[in-house]
Amino acid sequence: MLSGLKGLGVTLRGALRPKVTTEYPKEHLPIDERFMGFPALTWDSNRVEPYCTGCMVCVRYCPTQCMSAQMKDNDKFVEGDSHRKKIIESFEINLSRCILCGICVDVCNFDAIEMSHEHERSERLRNANRVDLPELLEMGKKYQAEVRWKQSKPSPASPNEKAEIKAVSEAKKASEADSEATNKQSEAPDSGEDAA
Amino acid sequence: MTDPVATQIEDKFTYQASSEPGTVDMMVNMGPQHPATHGVFRMELRVDGEQIQDVVPHIGYLHRGSEKLCEHELYSQIITLFDRFDYVSNFNNELVIVSAVEKLMGVEPPPRAELIRIIMCEFNRIASHLLFYGTFAIDMGAITPVLYNFRDREKIQSLFESVSGARMMHNYFRVGGVKEDVKDDFTSRALALCDELERGVDETDKLLTENEIFVERTTGIGVISGEDALDWGLSGPVLRASGVPYDVRVDEPYSRYSELDFGIPVGSAGDCWDRFYLRILEARESLSIIRQAMALLEPGDTMAQIRRIARPPAGEVYAHCENPRGDLGVYIVSDGGERPYRLKVRPPSFCNLQALKDLTVGHYIADAVVILGTLDIVLGEVDR
Repeated sequence: MLSGLKGLGVTLRGALRPKVTTEYPKEHLPIDERFMGFPALTWDSNRVEPYCTGCMVCVRYCPTQCMSAQMKDNDKFVEGDSHRKKIIESFEINLSRCILCGICVDVCNFDAIEMSHEHERSERLRNANRVDLPELLEMGKKYQAEVRWKQSKPSPASPNEKAEIKAVSEAKKASEADSEATNKQSEAPDSGEDAA
Repeated sequence: MTDPVATQIEDKFTYQASSEPGTVDMMVNMGPQHPATHGVFRMELRVDGEQIQDVVPHIGYLHRGSEKLCEHELYSQIITLFDRFDYVSNFNNELVIVSAVEKLMGVEPPPRAELIRIIMCEFNRIASHLLFYGTFAIDMGAITPVLYNFRDREKIQSLFESVSGARMMHNYFRVGGVKEDVKDDFTSRALALCDELERGVDETDKLLTENEIFVERTTGIGVISGEDALDWGLSGPVLRASGVPYDVRVDEPYSRYSELDFGIPVGSAGDCWDRFYLRILEARESLSIIRQAMALLEPGDTMAQIRRIARPPAGEVYAHCENPRGDLGVYIVSDGGERPYRLKVRPPSFCNLQALKDLTVGHYIADAVVILGTLDIVLGEVDR
């Protein structure tokens, strides 16, 4: 009798316990900020181009050789809108081969590749899980929006920006010189002509 | 033969055999797709009735050639292969290869990184032991404990996810430190988890240790003496259950274990019950280690100043650490390049498995499952 009541008590306690399981396809567990999903390429919204320059360092360090990349000359550099002389032309990752180790992110010098939160990908064919550059960038944009991604260090100035900075600084110098000149003009009129 | 059941049967039926009298031993094939073998492991049992006369283990179903693969990988890439050896205690495996390369290079990781490593390894030890309690109980028909243990193990894995970004294949330790510092809320989270795990371990202890059927099934089964265990080269809980107080953390302290105060539980009988209960005690010791390490944790660097590509000098090194399963060792021969010339692993599961025949012969088939369960092998490490 007593043991029966005890058993009932255990059952009751079990029934009142909070639920620990999640019904997976319907519910999703929250993903941690550091969660490493499939790698994705980040998008530089200031320059309107990918961060990736196709330097191949991630390709060389990948333990499973799941990536391939190719670089090209950057048209935007020629126009002066970007500081990147080279830019990625094509990038392919075989996600079925990727082991999500994050080595590519470690070795990248340009913050160009990140482990996104994308992890639910399955295909019916053995080699169907290959992603190309547009898709990788799409994954990257989604990830950047999710975690409010920031560059680890600001990128250097582009040729146009350099020219602008130079122009601004020169103008500043000139205006300083002008103001100095006007200041000095009141004291010594000769020095103002030298500065000009 | 003094089996009472067999003699009863013999008494009941008097054989009027026309041909030669006598019985023939039967071969029973267990595995590789057997739930109790915890992976792809096959045992050929020669049984007389239900009693085991001989065991022939067959391994190699999960062989991936990892040791050979290591010769073609950079040291940073080898860490990913070590994650996949003993796939339920990944951090402990990473620690071995990382400390071996550090020993060869003469690099000292910063104190904070060492403590983070210890905390992660001890949490992983508990996670591995929790899996052991559950699967071991399932081998004997107790379904409930595994659910509770998996619940607690999930919590540990969530903590791992917040630290390393992955639940199992972390690739978090680096030669000279760890990948990145832990998050700000790590301390409070880990300490809260310690309390939860303490309750979880106590619950398992209550469910299994005091269970009469469980005690009957495990006491006096698969006994191995301390001398025999040493002769077979066993290590870890299997060795300590036989009364040999050997633990690499104490006998050859690595990392910062010498600063921590903890005991080594030692069994006496060397049977299945001792091997099980020792792991319960060990999980409690691990919790105390984690709490001490958390108290020592001070802000600081987590990575030593070294080159990105580890390039150890020519030479050889052997480093070993205490894994949940035993003494995992790595022997590296370096020719001064970016990749090891040769890498050899001393896997505790493989060495512990050698004693299987000694342990099982003379017991019943159902006990073979129990004995294999207490050896707690992981096939990823046995086959490599």
